Amino acid sequence: MVGAKAPKFSIQDFTIHFGNVAALKNLTLDIFCNEIFTIIGPANSGKSSLLQSLNRLNDLNAAYRKSGKILLDGTNIDELEVESLRKRVSIVFALPFPLPLSIFDNIAYGPRMHGIKNKAKLAGIVENSLRESYLWDEVKDRLHIPAMNLSGGQQQRLCIARILAVEPEVIMFDEPTSGLDPISTARVEETLRVLKERYTIILVTNNVAQAARVGDRTAFVLMGELVELNETKRLFTTAVDKRTDDYITGKFG
Amino acid sequence: MHLRKVKEFIIERMIFLSGIMSIIIVALIFIFLLKEGLSIFWRVPISDFLFARNWYPISDPPQFGILPLILGSILVTAGAGVISIPIGIASALFIAEIAPRKTKEVLKAGIELLAAIPSVVIGFIGMVTLGPFIKDLFHLSTGLTALSGSITLAFMAMPTIVSIAEDAITAVPRQYRDAAIAMGATKWQTTWRIVAHAARPGMVAAVMLGIGRVIGETMAVMMVTGNAALIPHSILQPVRTLTATVAAEMGETVQGGEHYAALFAIGIVLFIITFLINGVADIYLHKTKK
Repeated sequence: MVGAKAPKFSIQDFTIHFGNVAALKNLTLDIFCNEIFTIIGPANSGKSSLLQSLNRLNDLNAAYRKSGKILLDGTNIDELEVESLRKRVSIVFALPFPLPLSIFDNIAYGPRMHGIKNKAKLAGIVENSLRESYLWDEVKDRLHIPAMNLSGGQQQRLCIARILAVEPEVIMFDEPTSGLDPISTARVEETLRVLKERYTIILVTNNVAQAARVGDRTAFVLMGELVELNETKRLFTTAVDKRTDDYITGKFG
Repeated sequence: MHLRKVKEFIIERMIFLSGIMSIIIVALIFIFLLKEGLSIFWRVPISDFLFARNWYPISDPPQFGILPLILGSILVTAGAGVISIPIGIASALFIAEIAPRKTKEVLKAGIELLAAIPSVVIGFIGMVTLGPFIKDLFHLSTGLTALSGSITLAFMAMPTIVSIAEDAITAVPRQYRDAAIAMGATKWQTTWRIVAHAARPGMVAAVMLGIGRVIGETMAVMMVTGNAALIPHSILQPVRTLTATVAAEMGETVQGGEHYAALFAIGIVLFIITFLINGVADIYLHKTKK
């Protein structure tokens, strides 16, 4: 189903160094529209570095060096204007971090920044984003309280809504549930499944079971190298590489 | 065992005493001011003291109206605020957000040095260089005006404003910036809408403390404002501030006399003004911490 389409992201022979330390080595893979692409692997294996390269957040790091190419819809991301790239390819961080504003203003922040001033339109965007991230029913009566007053799980869904409001094409999640309890985690995962209908989702997770639950395809990365990439079901049932098998069965990592 | 307990007790009490010392001293100063100054109000009603237009303390009969002095202080302070607040906040933003590390170090050191210059030196420079410059620029009979005072004081408020505002900006969590940048904000949009917004309570506190310093400043103002106790009609006229009045006239008064009490009453007015300003700054500083 996915194989026939042109890839959303095409990563070609991509290598990252921070100073003298290699964080990612010769990575080549494609990510397709409307899939949940999960990346698993132990800490420090280069997963987050990859995400931060996809929307060039790494450019802010002075020690960052790269080689190889990343294409978004066939265009090298280095040729895109960096702000518009980050609008198209958004990221949700591990720890939810609402801005010190009300719930409404947190979500309206992005659209306002990109020039939308009409109040009715902003209200519509806020409502839609909150509905899409399954937060609307919990907060619709108190949109003007500080976002800090929400629970951790609600804050994470608020951060998702905040990103949906700028209408990205790709949403990257960097261990989005690492700080959440199981019920909030389930909510966020449910949100991911719905979001993939409209967005391309890249999910980095430390939680192997989470990858098995929500991923369409899963890549296993170890020490900066891509060990194995397959449809999630296949990877979890018949891993080819022994290291993959060891990792997903919990023998290390 | 017993000895240790006694030691503990003594040390605890001493720390407690040192802790409340500053409060005691402030309270004593205030009580002293009240004791010396309140007697003027038996002779001159408070409303006349605050709002009468003439300050002739040594004519016969003397007139004790501090309105010209209050207006002088307000005019000089407001002028200093107009100059120092925008420059101070902008320079804090530059140091905290934009300047490369080396520039930052140099600028911070420079601003701390500016704070270390004695006010009499700043006043002297203002009198010798700024006064004549303003006189020539606006074709005035004297260059010692409210404007000269404002400019001089702006230099003195700047270090306070810059260093406190810079701390507040630096204290904004990195995650706010990351979140904004990840949504496609430019550097300027992040700085303006997120960083400046989150640091606003601290910046207000910085401004208040800067203004507090300006309103209490005496020496430099006395040297550059011309010291005419007249109700000012423009920023290009000489004015006299509350502080300069006390400093200039205290030496000529008879202890316990009316004039003496009136100067202490000016002290009370100043005390209340700075107390209010510091109070507002404090409220905002606490907001930042939360």
